[in-house]
Amino acid sequence: MNRYLLPLIAVIVMIPILVLGLGSDPSKLPSQYIGKSAPNFSLPMLTDPSRTMSTADLRGQVSLVNIWATWCVGCRVEHGFLMDLADSNTIPIYAINWRDNRLDALKFLSQLGNPYAASGFDGDGRVGIDWGVYGAPETFLINSEGMVVYRFTGPLNRTLWEQEFVPRIAELAN
Amino acid sequence: MKQLLSMLALAFLSTSVIAIDSGRAFDDPDLQARYERLIAEVRCVTCQNQNIKDSSAFIAADLRREIRRMMGEGLSNDQIADFLVTRYGDFALYRPRYTGKTLVLWIAPFLLVFFGGIAIARVVRHRMTLPVGEVSDESGPAQ
Repeated sequence: MNRYLLPLIAVIVMIPILVLGLGSDPSKLPSQYIGKSAPNFSLPMLTDPSRTMSTADLRGQVSLVNIWATWCVGCRVEHGFLMDLADSNTIPIYAINWRDNRLDALKFLSQLGNPYAASGFDGDGRVGIDWGVYGAPETFLINSEGMVVYRFTGPLNRTLWEQEFVPRIAELAN
Repeated sequence: MKQLLSMLALAFLSTSVIAIDSGRAFDDPDLQARYERLIAEVRCVTCQNQNIKDSSAFIAADLRREIRRMMGEGLSNDQIADFLVTRYGDFALYRPRYTGKTLVLWIAPFLLVFFGGIAIARVVRHRMTLPVGEVSDESGPAQ
């Protein structure tokens, strides 16, 4: 009996660790900013370079910051949903147009619609790095103090929105 | 057949050389060497099993540019590592730093060797008590 005790304990200890490992997707990295202030930035606006968009714009309301680019297929996929979301007036969507070409980005928005309250233009990707972006699209949920509550990576849709964002936003409203 | 083989051999032996890092090299060879060591130890966050030295991804190029910029500003390797860890977490460094969060990474191998050693020692000691030539009861059915 004693012979089997140690291996048994080892197995019992290992199983939960391995099960946890199976459930986690190694390509999804946690954002380092959860529970912290959103990284400071100031970017020229995509639509009007003479104006700037900055961290200050994110204070005083719960908002989204969407990282997008015209070269990003996932961004095209989620664009329709972002349009619906903007139409519903649930939450302002700010954007960082990441590593893109200004003309392409403007064309994209004029063809498919512009869901954004404001879009900053981050042509060389500096601000993207400050935000810890590792691939577009990424969507950050920011509370009214300008703190990052949640980050979602990959294209959003209605189901994911209701699953991942709606409960968190409801919690922030309390 | 012979022709086919030599064609295959050529296909496998040839290597294509494409410069991944298109950034301008440092004039100072010491700085350049330090830069190359650094980028070899930073993980590309989109292409996770590559370092940013070998990766042609956007983000890798951006990180190389940032590292080059910080080195130009005279930042130390530790400061550059801080920059990366603040944004991407300990995960971004192939050689994680010694902190509470990464402690398990550093001590786990030693613990495994230690407990493995104990296990082997126990088995060996047990077998030494068996008469020579007799099969250990561990491989036979329980008595």
